[in-house]
Amino acid sequence: MLEAIGVSSMSDLLVDIPQSLRLGSLQLPDGLSEFETMAEVSALADRNRVFPDRLTFRGGGVYRRFIPAAVAAVTSKPEFYTAYTPYQAEASQGTLQAIFEFQTLIAELTALDVANASLYDGATAVAEAAMMAFVQTGRNEVIVSGYVHPEYVQVLRVFGEGRGIKVRKGGQPNKKTAAVIFQQPDFLGLLVDARALTAEAHDAGALAIACVDPISLAVLAPPGEYGADIAVGEGQQLGLPPSFGGPHVGFIACQRELVRKLPGRLVGTAHDAAGRRGFVLALAAREQHIRREKATSNICTNHSLCALAAAVYLTYMGPYGLRHVAEVSFKRAHALAHRLAALPGWEMAFPERQFLNEFPIRVPRAPAVLRKLGRRGILGGLDVNRWFRELKGVVTFTCTEVNDARALDELLAALES
Amino acid sequence: MTEPLSFELSRPAVDPPRLPDAEVDGPAPSDVLPHDALRAKPPGLPRLSEPEIMRHYSRMASLNYSISENFYPLGSCTMKYNPVVNEAAAALPGFADLHPYQDEETVQGALELMWRLERALCAIVGVDRVTLQPAAGAHGEWTALRMIRAYQHSKGEARSEVLVPDSAHGTNPASAALSGFQVLEVRSGGDGRISLADLESKLSPRTSALMLTNPNTLGLFEREILDIAELVHSTGAMLYYDGANLNAFMGICRPGDMGFDAVHMNLHKTFTTPHGGGGPGAGPVGVKAELVPFLPSPMVERTNGHLTLDHKRPQSIGRVRSFYGNFGMLVRAYTYILSMGGDGLSQASQDAVLSANYLRKQLEDDLEMPHDGPCMHEFVASAHGLTVHNGIRALDIAKALLDRNFYAPTVYFPLVVPEAIMVEPTETESKATLDSFATAVKDIVAEAATNPQGLHDQPKHTPVGRLDEVAAARRINAYLQGLSEDPVLRWKALPETVPEPAC
Repeated sequence: MLEAIGVSSMSDLLVDIPQSLRLGSLQLPDGLSEFETMAEVSALADRNRVFPDRLTFRGGGVYRRFIPAAVAAVTSKPEFYTAYTPYQAEASQGTLQAIFEFQTLIAELTALDVANASLYDGATAVAEAAMMAFVQTGRNEVIVSGYVHPEYVQVLRVFGEGRGIKVRKGGQPNKKTAAVIFQQPDFLGLLVDARALTAEAHDAGALAIACVDPISLAVLAPPGEYGADIAVGEGQQLGLPPSFGGPHVGFIACQRELVRKLPGRLVGTAHDAAGRRGFVLALAAREQHIRREKATSNICTNHSLCALAAAVYLTYMGPYGLRHVAEVSFKRAHALAHRLAALPGWEMAFPERQFLNEFPIRVPRAPAVLRKLGRRGILGGLDVNRWFRELKGVVTFTCTEVNDARALDELLAALES
Repeated sequence: MTEPLSFELSRPAVDPPRLPDAEVDGPAPSDVLPHDALRAKPPGLPRLSEPEIMRHYSRMASLNYSISENFYPLGSCTMKYNPVVNEAAAALPGFADLHPYQDEETVQGALELMWRLERALCAIVGVDRVTLQPAAGAHGEWTALRMIRAYQHSKGEARSEVLVPDSAHGTNPASAALSGFQVLEVRSGGDGRISLADLESKLSPRTSALMLTNPNTLGLFEREILDIAELVHSTGAMLYYDGANLNAFMGICRPGDMGFDAVHMNLHKTFTTPHGGGGPGAGPVGVKAELVPFLPSPMVERTNGHLTLDHKRPQSIGRVRSFYGNFGMLVRAYTYILSMGGDGLSQASQDAVLSANYLRKQLEDDLEMPHDGPCMHEFVASAHGLTVHNGIRALDIAKALLDRNFYAPTVYFPLVVPEAIMVEPTETESKATLDSFATAVKDIVAEAATNPQGLHDQPKHTPVGRLDEVAAARRINAYLQGLSEDPVLRWKALPETVPEPAC
């Protein structure tokens, strides 16, 4: 090949690199065979402790759920996972159609008009929604109402600083407020009055941004129904393993009036000369590769493969399967809350509030209790005091369809021992 | 060939899948929640059986083009083969089943992997520390600019401008603007490299940073990089490296040694994590010592072999993503680095440069090469001559390649070359593949002279022909203006026809 190029050595191709910059070699060990590579990586995996699904009662934004085998069977198809961003539509119809289905599924779940092709995660989805509100209203303050996931708020602050957007915790919206952001159910698992919060935001001329749990939408009123302008959320529960926090998938959906402000990719239908329907990247003029510094967002990569997993999951479940999963989780969480609250010294942290499948409970000597559960192979609830000083001794427990009745008994037995 | 949507295949007769029952005594949502908190009617999800689902998505997969099947010469995207061992590693239950809020004691292996990956990336690009938190390249760019801004603020400087070359990736100016900077463009000179004179004229005490990729998007190494770095640093500004083109020089040279203060890397390009049809990726950012205090929290720290997540970082810009980034992609990238080793990575970059120069040579009589070689890992050709003489544009060549079983190169980028065709063959393609690609391009160029209309009509063998994006945009506009009820951006059930009342 060198001869064909017309040079005599590799160095002739690297003449533009100043000699003083040339490296002798990389300070890394030499390569390994596949067998040795897997042995070394597996040794690292083995240094982690994996708690069984059924004995995991910790949530806080990442949940153990039943993942149908169909999900991995689809996402592990190389035609999907090794494809690039679908720039050439004619050769990317599989990916484009999957995204179009995902957009429709999210729009249906949230009862909003349009959803995008996905975002990185729930946290950046909240931040992107706040940017939309800032651009739409020309106001530079957003209000975070109640217990929104603390990491989402941290990310929102960093995004906000770049654009000069102030993030205020709580308080009444006023004429400086671009949006009121709330989470339903909130970070502790409690239901908020989404209707009232939405109405308050609208009365002040601000947008209402609902951060929602997608599975909860099988039973709870969807954001579009109570008039929220934008719905965002984390889609990990839709067929993705916890993976130490990622990759998962953020989603964002909005009312028709806001579609031009949506960040990231959007797929729409188009037709060829023969009248066949296909799918294309649409409204690209909003995006960074065309508008450069005038773009709504800099997002380029989305989380297509995770969106595909979510699409397969939702299609597998269908409307009634998803509702069944939400209801089983609800029943088990309520049964568990009832039993835990009966333990000596334990009491519901907010007894007057409703919850779905995660709830906060006051636990005497919480850190020691959680350590004890760990020793018995149970991943107990999440001590939320690390984020909220006022919630000393408060632990959130979560239950889903994977925590069977016997798992609940085992948890109680471990606590009572 | 096309495939109906899952919504169109949906059959109401399909029962939901069998799922566990509650097995406990507990209330149903409708027993305890206020009526107006409940969903009135179930979401409009499709109802399909598992065999229907598997066939539906398998047929859709067959409509895709992928690196596992064929050559993907997309410039700037580094579409190299994704080793399957990476997937096996990420799927290990010891990684996939870890909850992010487990106690540190129970995730030492995961933290060790992150630590080792960070050390390896530091060695490859020549920086002191790396954050693994950003989820993608653009996210990394923005994170780096936030750090540069925080660092300059800490010194009492309010620098408001970021310089970006005219050949830069579109994400560069977008990331700078979203970080609150004014963007100034620096012109390329006739040799395709940054014009030092223009750079000098744009640098001022207001300059916060110059964003650069080297080799640049034309595939050319910025020979004067050391002078550029000196010039930028002499005004107190910083130098930011866009890591999209890192595949050109692993083991050959390092951005850190060139004078770059912050470097982002795309694990989904250089380090073979799959693109997934547009993500998830990962965009770690490496920085020199003076920026280390500003890295996002938490950072993984290692003391006497014990690993911790350090959240107490008072000067940190904060958090840019939930948890610790796209951990599953970090596992894949680490697996790749482990299997390649320092020797393998160096060889990979040399082979990438060799492939690009070889392919460039094969095509230099067919397409214009607006800049002299040698190139690094990619090159930019132009179809300008064909446009003028035969009315054949870069897009026509792209579409015609699809009919010849090749994915298209990146077209119309960088913006500084008319009818640009940007080709990045990568190191994982054989000479035979490169030769057959060159033959396909020659065939298209020949057809441009003899039958240009034939080219305009291609592709003919793809599942659909050229799609009318203009008409689609018109329909979307009509919807957004309230003139139509077809959203175009989603499927919508036709309004139910109300049966005529029987008389």
